[in-house]
Amino acid sequence: MSAEIEAVEQLTVNGEAMALSELATLGDLLASLKVAPQRVVVELNGVIYRRGEGLDSPLDAGDVVEIVHFVGGG
Amino acid sequence: MATEVREQVDELVIGGTTLHSRLVHGTGKFTSNAVLAECLRQAKPEMITLAVRRLGLQDGAQSELADIDLGSFTLLPNTAGAVTVEQAVRLARLGRAAGLSDLVKVEVIGDDETLLPDPGATLEATRQLVAEGFTVLPYTSDDVVQAIRLAEAGAAAVMPLAAPIGTTLGVLNPTNIRLIIKKLKCPVIVDAGLGVPSDAARCMEWGAAGVLVNTAIARAQDPPLMARAFAEAVAAGRSAFLAGRADVSIAALASSPTEGIPGQ
Repeated sequence: MSAEIEAVEQLTVNGEAMALSELATLGDLLASLKVAPQRVVVELNGVIYRRGEGLDSPLDAGDVVEIVHFVGGG
Repeated sequence: MATEVREQVDELVIGGTTLHSRLVHGTGKFTSNAVLAECLRQAKPEMITLAVRRLGLQDGAQSELADIDLGSFTLLPNTAGAVTVEQAVRLARLGRAAGLSDLVKVEVIGDDETLLPDPGATLEATRQLVAEGFTVLPYTSDDVVQAIRLAEAGAAAVMPLAAPIGTTLGVLNPTNIRLIIKKLKCPVIVDAGLGVPSDAARCMEWGAAGVLVNTAIARAQDPPLMARAFAEAVAAGRSAFLAGRADVSIAALASSPTEGIPGQ
């Protein structure tokens, strides 16, 4: 492992690795994904935020984020 | 005896929610949003079920329910996809955060082939979610004692299956469904496996508080027409229940006068 690769800070979003780069908050993440905060529920490291809430929560390397929404179901 | 049809208020109260339509409409497996939207216009349900899933990160803010005005319905998020108590509780919390109420349909599958619910996990998830303040509607098999235990655990309504999910086989065990309705004080909403409107009408005639229909509408040849047919059947079955059926008699009883028959 090179130091260069280890230096890339990542978080996991819906099971996929993503570079943390300039993402400082949950709000930044949603904006970068072009997701309207009012349409989704976000879980950050097991903590659930209601729609549109928690956008100021800071992001760190290793964070696990789940972004969910309602879909059709029975 | 009333000589006019009683136009009485017939409300179904579940937790803090009051419903007038007793058809709970599923939203899965529809061929398009437009078809689902038209089904909802035809059936006019007040409560619809939804699932909670990961947002596809590639499709941005697109929602498959984009054409549906969710705000005009009472939303019943389910915990479909859960096979453990922990998963069900997590999905319930996510659904509550996404919706506007504490309603949740608890569904914990115990066998991935038959999709039959796990009795122990369903009961435990119900207990935990009731303790967290949810209004819990557990999906259960047609086992009478399990239904009783779920009610004792604080379920706001119990949802026994007519048949396995998506089969449209109709009510496989009418006796058990009727016993569950008879034994439970909380509302019983027959869920899963209904095939045709007469299945729903029968459940309502027995005194079910409501039915949940998804596949039978979504996979009909003409889903909106079938949605309307189910709504009519549910209403008819409910009226029949309230009317009270005539006594059953083995002996034939003439409906026309037996006297005054003209001579030949």
